[in-house]
Parts: sequence; structure tokens; C-alpha cells
Amino acid sequence: MSNPSNLKYTASHEWVRTEADGTISIGITQHAQELLGDMVFVENPAVGRKLKAKEECAVVESVKAAADVYAPVNGEVTAVNSELDSAPEAINADPYAAWIFRMKPDNAADVAALMDATAYQAVVDSEAH
Amino acid sequence: MGARPCGLALFYSLKADMTLKTTPLNAAHRAMGAKMVDFGGWDMPVNYGSQIDEHHQVRNDCGMFDVCHMRVVDAKGDGVRAFLRHLLANNADKLTTPGKALYSAMLRPDGGVIDDLIIYFMNERWFRIVVNAGTADKDIAWMKEQAAVHAPGLTITSRDDLAMVAVQGPNARAKVWQVLPQTKAATEGLVNFQAADCGDYFIARTGYTGEDGFEVMLPKEKVEEFWYALNRAGVPPIGLGARDTLRLEAGMNLYGQDMDESVDPLESGLGWTVDLKNERDFIGKATLLANPPTRKLVGLVLLDRGVLRGHQKVHTAHGDGEITSGSFSPTLNQSIALARVPKDVQVGDQVQVAIRDKMLAAKVVKYPFARNGKAVVSL
Repeated sequence: MSNPSNLKYTASHEWVRTEADGTISIGITQHAQELLGDMVFVENPAVGRKLKAKEECAVVESVKAAADVYAPVNGEVTAVNSELDSAPEAINADPYAAWIFRMKPDNAADVAALMDATAYQAVVDSEAH
Repeated sequence: MGARPCGLALFYSLKADMTLKTTPLNAAHRAMGAKMVDFGGWDMPVNYGSQIDEHHQVRNDCGMFDVCHMRVVDAKGDGVRAFLRHLLANNADKLTTPGKALYSAMLRPDGGVIDDLIIYFMNERWFRIVVNAGTADKDIAWMKEQAAVHAPGLTITSRDDLAMVAVQGPNARAKVWQVLPQTKAATEGLVNFQAADCGDYFIARTGYTGEDGFEVMLPKEKVEEFWYALNRAGVPPIGLGARDTLRLEAGMNLYGQDMDESVDPLESGLGWTVDLKNERDFIGKATLLANPPTRKLVGLVLLDRGVLRGHQKVHTAHGDGEITSGSFSPTLNQSIALARVPKDVQVGDQVQVAIRDKMLAAKVVKYPFARNGKAVVSL
């Protein structure tokens, strides 16, 4: 599965999609779900929580490990994907459909400044060696 | 995303390292699509796709595990039984039928656990010992040191020429017989924890999953052929990830997590393997008798949502304890753990586990959690 070109990415393996209302959806990438394996638990941030870029805000746990998910930019949590409470394996099935939480970014420019799919792929490739 | 060090992650490094040791099945794992990880210095398969699917596969049908990293040691010579009677916390005298096996801890004089191992009684001049991968070198050094003092005529041989494959699950034995029909006559009468020496194939009805099955020791140069033959017979490969959740559900200790040289077996859930019932002296016995346990190993089932992991603190009415192994249980579909807690904690107690910034409720249970395809823990 390649990384969709319409998304933005972080070096810590989150993907970011800008929605029609200007909020952003955040999930973890194909590379991240492959590393972690079968997902069994997602812990989301509280709606309304203000986050700084790179702040730990959600946790995804697979059978073998727990991993922090970081806020990609400054902003406020506007929604969480409660469907993942009962079906965390949706992240394995389609990591780019299974958004984890949404934020209203403080500055849209911060989102625009994140990595594109090509730059992110270079990060993945460098980690493999 | 950033990985938190917890549970098995301690033993894993996801980066490839050219200095890792490999088993004779390394190329086969890669050909079968394994995700390889650094497991205590060995380049081993953690899964071949979904760890949870592999777990259920073993509980419901069967699967095969590369356990070539474990070490086979042969102790041969006059007095081998007397030597093991002194070396091990369990009593080699329990073994009277050829092929019968015994699980035991090997202790330091101060009671710390050097390793847990299985011994097979083959005859009065030959016991076979299977030890853990990460401890094999120190184990053999210790055995030789003790033999030099107590049984100088004994030979302790590391069988580096042997490979080992575990085939586990309700259909495992039938699959082995399909692939090695010549061994069926010698192995179909084996009871649990008994082995037969069938020429090139040493076949034991033992395992680390809580399911029926065999562990097969065979010459290294034959193992790849055996592995592929099992696969053609419909036995899929299972990674170390599922091996860990299977053994945890089965309530089996993992050396380095549930016990090590800093704790004694009585505080590690291994009291049932320590034979204190008679006059026999063994290394570590005096310390165990002089220091009654103040802690014990219990099972935990998490009542709240989350995942129990090694090293999480457990708060009880009798003081604090710590999780030694924790994971998600595919059979129970909730999180389970082994934890070392104060000895007055009882089955049925509710305890609190500190997970990140929260305190989550867990119940103390008698383990195993699951065996022979089914959950056996009652909540």
C-alpha cells in the first residue's frame, strides 16, 4: 500500500488529512501499523484538549507493543473516532481510512508545512537501513 | 508515533542487524513472508502476517515454530541421575520411565533462578536437557562447573548439531505422523511430557502453548526439508509473537520476565516444581528453606479497557506488586498478565494497575487462562 499523495505526514508516522470544514483528521501510517502489528486498543485524547505540536495525545496498542501518537501541529481536539474502541483492528485493515482523532489547527499554514508523501517515503526508507 | 518500551518490546529491536545469529530456517522464514526481529541477539520471525490469527490457528488446528535457538544439552555417563538430583530444584528421581520428561528450575546457591529447563530421562547413562536460548552458554558453564566437582566422569555436550521445531495444536501430532510416518509407531503411545528417540528424530510430547503437540529435535541439515514438508501438509508457520501470547494464556513462565537470577522460584509461580518433600539436597535448597516467600505470582485479568504490560505497578490491599508479563489475550479477548504481588493477595481480589496516567481495575485469578483451545479462567 503506498502513502496517499493527498495526505500530509510527520516523521513520527502520523498522517494528516484536511477536511472540508478546515479540521484535520490524524491517523497512523501503513508503515506504522506494519511495525506494530495487530491493534487491540486505542486510547484517545479528550475532546476540547489543547495540544502542542509533537505532544503525546493518543496511544495505540498492538498485541506486542504500545505506541504514542503525537499531535502533528498546535490545535484543539474536536472529535475522536469511537468506532476504534470496539474495532481497533480497523487500523490494520485500512490505516488511511481509520482516523483516530480530529483537531482544529491553530494555523492552517502549519499543516501545509508538513511532509508530503514523497518526503515521508524517504523517512520510511531511511529507517529500513 | 513513538514506541513505548514494554513487555516483549524489551526483547525486540525492529532494526535489522548484520551481527544477529540465525537459525537454519532463516531463509525459509523470509521466503514465507516473516517479519524478522532481533530476539535476544537472534534474527527471528515475530509473525508472518497477523499474530492474532496465528494464535487462533494453534489453539484451533496447529502451527509450527522455529525453536532452533533453544539449546539441546546431553548429559552422559555414570552418575548422571545423582548429578541432576543435586543440580536441579525438581527431583530427577521422579523420572523412572524411559523418555519421561521433567520441568525444573536450576538455582544458584542463593536461590536465584539460573534458568528453567526440561530434562528427558533416556537411560541411566543419558539425560537430555533443553535450555533457553539466551541462557544456554551460562547454563552449560554452570553445569560443567558443578560436574567437575560432583561428577567428574560426566560429559556435558552442547548439541549444536541439532535443530528444533515445535508443532503445536490439536492436530499437530497427526501432521507430524503424516510427514514422518516412520516415527508414528514409536510416538503414538507417548503420554504428555514423554519423548522417543527415533534415530534422526527425537520427538517429545511437550510444548510451550498449552496445546497438544510435539517438539522435534533433528539434525540441522534436515530441518529445512522437515519445515517445508510440514508446510505442504497444511501446517502454517507461527511467529514468536503468538508463541508469547499462547504461553502467557497457558500460564507458563518466560525466563527473563517472570523470573531470573534475582528472584527465587517460590516467588515466581514455580513452587510446584521445587521438591522439598524429602531429604534430597540440591543447590539453593538451604536458602529456600531459610527464606520463606513473601511474594507470589498470580494471574490478572484487566476489567477496564487497556493492555497490561510488564513492569506496570500493581496496587493491592497488602502492598504493591509488579506485572512480570502482560499482553492482550486473543482467546479471552481482553488483557491478561502474570504479576508478582505480596503473598496475602488472594484469588478474587480486585487490584489497581497503573497504566500511564490512569489506575485501572484488574481481578486476581488462578491461572492458566486458556488451554486446549478454551478459556479456563472464571471471572
